Amino acid sequence: MNYTKRFDGRKFDELRPIEAKAGVIKKADGSAYFRIGKTTAYAAVYGPRELYPKFMQDPKQGLLRCNYNMMPFSGAGERVRPGPSRRSKEISMITERALRPVLDLKDFPNAVVDVFIELTETDAGSRCAGICAASIALADAGIIMKDMVVAYSVGKVGDQVVVDLDGDEEHFDHNSSVDIPLAFIPSTGEITLLQMDGRISPADLRKCLAMAKEQAPAVLQVLQKALKDKYTME
Amino acid sequence: MTGLIVQDKTVVVPGEVIAEGIDYLPSYGSYREQDKIMASQLGLLNIDGKVLKIIPLAGRYLPRRNDVIIAKVVDILMTGWRLEINSPYTAVLNLKDASFDYIARGADLSKYFNLEDYMVTKIVNVTSQNIIDVSCKGPGLRGLRGGRVIRVSSCKVPRIIGKKGSMVSMIKRATGCQITVGQNGFVWINGEPDKEILVVEVINKVQREAHIQGLTERIQKFLEEKTGNKIEIIEEKDEYESSEQSEYSQEN
Repeated sequence: MNYTKRFDGRKFDELRPIEAKAGVIKKADGSAYFRIGKTTAYAAVYGPRELYPKFMQDPKQGLLRCNYNMMPFSGAGERVRPGPSRRSKEISMITERALRPVLDLKDFPNAVVDVFIELTETDAGSRCAGICAASIALADAGIIMKDMVVAYSVGKVGDQVVVDLDGDEEHFDHNSSVDIPLAFIPSTGEITLLQMDGRISPADLRKCLAMAKEQAPAVLQVLQKALKDKYTME
Repeated sequence: MTGLIVQDKTVVVPGEVIAEGIDYLPSYGSYREQDKIMASQLGLLNIDGKVLKIIPLAGRYLPRRNDVIIAKVVDILMTGWRLEINSPYTAVLNLKDASFDYIARGADLSKYFNLEDYMVTKIVNVTSQNIIDVSCKGPGLRGLRGGRVIRVSSCKVPRIIGKKGSMVSMIKRATGCQITVGQNGFVWINGEPDKEILVVEVINKVQREAHIQGLTERIQKFLEEKTGNKIEIIEEKDEYESSEQSEYSQEN
């Protein structure tokens, strides 16, 4: 099926409007808010702190523990069943793996850094929004990390390769579109998350990845600005 | 392009390129990636000659030897006390380091330090796995009676103490309170109840504005307004000096 013009009028390589803020949860050691289009994520970081149960402790380095959660009212209309699910467990795990390569927790053996990601509103791209929010929150908590992680999705809607699919695009033509959530380390270009929904040809996948890399600096700038703004207010 | 990209005393974020080329050296909070020096922590950039260092703006307290800290008793052990020190790890105060008095074997340890008690201690040893030994023997080290303890971020402790103790001594003179600042971010305040509240207010202000230039003058003005007295800034050499400097010279 032909997809000639995007539903919300964006260009094919244009991200939805992004907004970010650091230090939104006062009690947490680090926290952030990240919004892309109609997807909103909050992240709170606690720690490094003591890790229990004890068998999970690693005497060589600290552990990163993420928890992804969609609020019951956050979906497209139907209630999201609260509590952990197969999906949220998977996303918690891939968030951990997307962020772990940039963190340096060698100074904190046997300890844990807890990241809680809550989504108040979702319209596709929630795991990527969660990773971006967590990335700001970890930096805000003063954790040593070699770079921030930026994340967003690319994919194919109908016959068109696009950046940052929204909910309507994901469901285009009986859910036949391809959705590829990605996370990057901007300084090295390394990919720390790559998942895929749907079917795509190798040539189109390469096209998607090339398109995605071009957007990284723009997202990174928003994340960096969020952190700097926290300290330049007055 | 070579040379500095970011100005001195500005906020840098992880992954930000601070300098290019080989003219500068990375130090605490920064690292070299080929010909670039990048930040690895959120903080203020401090340029000392060729050395680029980042003074962190956030982060947990990591115990270091010889730090004077304030600790809270959370458990009583067979031969000592387990202490909470505002860090991911707990410290242990051993019987032999607790007091100059003779403590008999099997004595009731809660008579010396009970649960929930606070004390000023010094870290005598930290292992690679962050097992921490503290001592209560030494000048100024003691159990704390009365007053109140507040928690601040340990990164803000050097600001609360000020250059050669100028900030804390100014607050002490303005309010007449006794104040002890632990390197771990616990602050003990003892004095008139309304003055204690004022001290808490001032310390919170220092915390909020720690990264903005001209802090001491602003706090001086704030205290003058609140107390109605003229206050001078005096640099004094006291117990804080050595611990304050260690904050800056760490890992060098």
